[in-house]
Amino acid sequence: MKLLTHNMLTSHVKGVVKGYPLLIKATEVKMNEVEFNPQFVSRMIPKLEWSALVQAAEELGHREDLPGELMAEYEKDEEFLKKVHRVLLEVEVIEGCLQCPESGREFPITRGIPNMLLNEDEV
Amino acid sequence: MAATCSRSRLQFLLHLAQDNLDFRLPEIKALLALRGKPFLPGVNFSEQSPFWCLDGLCEEDVRTITARSVCAKSAIELWGHGKTHSELKTSLLNYPSENMLPYMQKDSTYKISVDTFNKTLLFPERIKRIDALEYLPFEGTVSLKTPEHIFVLLEDYGTDPNNIPEHPNYIYFGRWLADGQRELIRSHSVKNRHFIGNTSMDAGLSFIMANHAKIKKDDLVFDPFVGTGSLLVACSQFGAYVCGTDIDYNIIHGKGRSSRKNRTWRGPDENIRANLRQYGTEKMYVDVMVSDAAKPVWKKAALFDAIITDPPYGIRESTRRTGSHKDITKPPDGIYVESHVPVSQAYHLSDIFTDLLHFSAHHLVMGGRLVYWLPIYRPDYCEEMVPLHPCLRLISNSEQTLSSHTSRRLITMEKIKEPEELDSLAHLTDPRFGPYQGHDTFREKYFSGLNKRGAKEEDKSDINGE
Repeated sequence: MKLLTHNMLTSHVKGVVKGYPLLIKATEVKMNEVEFNPQFVSRMIPKLEWSALVQAAEELGHREDLPGELMAEYEKDEEFLKKVHRVLLEVEVIEGCLQCPESGREFPITRGIPNMLLNEDEV
Repeated sequence: MAATCSRSRLQFLLHLAQDNLDFRLPEIKALLALRGKPFLPGVNFSEQSPFWCLDGLCEEDVRTITARSVCAKSAIELWGHGKTHSELKTSLLNYPSENMLPYMQKDSTYKISVDTFNKTLLFPERIKRIDALEYLPFEGTVSLKTPEHIFVLLEDYGTDPNNIPEHPNYIYFGRWLADGQRELIRSHSVKNRHFIGNTSMDAGLSFIMANHAKIKKDDLVFDPFVGTGSLLVACSQFGAYVCGTDIDYNIIHGKGRSSRKNRTWRGPDENIRANLRQYGTEKMYVDVMVSDAAKPVWKKAALFDAIITDPPYGIRESTRRTGSHKDITKPPDGIYVESHVPVSQAYHLSDIFTDLLHFSAHHLVMGGRLVYWLPIYRPDYCEEMVPLHPCLRLISNSEQTLSSHTSRRLITMEKIKEPEELDSLAHLTDPRFGPYQGHDTFREKYFSGLNKRGAKEEDKSDINGE
């Protein structure tokens, strides 16, 4: 699971009001090189919850000195976009789980793939 | 290439493949819309014909269409046309010579090819056709192997293979610009794909869907019923970043029985990511997840540029969602076994489409497109059955016939406004969902038709639509 995906996910456990962002409990994290595409990264940034991205990257030890707040005119700063690119698309959680911040419900991640299915009694 | 755009009032001819007829016009219109250009057909336009004249375009517009279209075989800059060869001659001699001469210079090389539709011409006849064009001022040298300019003479002998006329119905001549992307159908055939399933979408239709969805470079595309990722393969080919979900744990992890003949189990690296890798687009892979389309996991925001999917109809794969009618004993608190497969219950077709349209209204960007297949029991079909949503405008609805009584329709919708509270309820009571209400209505009809050779009375009346 990449952090781009994590940034777009929220808890869907029944009754949960504040299910964002999901906490990441990783036991295996990998860096996977992906071709840098500044246009795509610039397009994604406005869709991101910036603080959630920084927090997630921090938790996984890959913050890359990303600033706590998004600066103006970031689309012109290629070094900055490269860092965001690495965090969004290259950091991958291979094993571990995602946890709903409110209910504590955990969603396992195996072989890089989150399993977001709820049980019979939870839907 | 501004210079090519400035040459005024050029006309272009698209030569289209004569299959998937219903999908061609929406494809070409979508590709034109990506360029911000309208679809302006020439006079005598017929959607069923393999030749379409287009006005109001420049060479670059046409090249962007052929760079994407899997319906178009090729495109030419039209120099002349007519019902007979003498009409063609008059038309060609009237064509402004300043438009022709740059391609007929002395130091250039060229060739003329003769192409026919619905008839095969023998070699001597082709040569005769070329010799008859001597009235054109070709100054260059003929080069059959590496010509700088290719000219095409196209003869149209109609669309009825049982009634081929002696002389062509229509003749076109022009400068060849580019071929379409028919080659993608072969190069991306599921026959040679690393990871497939029982319902993997045919390569040609996957590319058509991606084109209907107006996929463009750097888009983010989502498939909520991703299966083996055929649609993601097509979208990634056009430069979109892709992600998908499926309720089937085994499909997402590439486990279980292989869909290939003579193979029992899937190999260790059979998954969607490997499929993208096979075609050199792994860099476009974002993620896939095990997730239930009825219980979306995405934050509230317009995230996707396109949603493109082939929902399960319950024919070759079951329609499922999590949840159960039975009282199930709760698993011990706090223990969520990774491999636990929740009991799933039937996912009614009507609910699938309600959920899909609702989800799209919320998660598409403005102007983003939803493209999906709607199964149809043909005797019952009427246009009103196509589900609508106040935030989504119907763009196209193309039929692919599956049998005498069933078909599926490729529905394309575009988001035109942000959803409000009331919009989410508006369509729930919509009578057009009637045919898909109750899980097995469509499925029952589908299979009832198959039994028609068994000559059961009730089936007969079903097929006749009585």
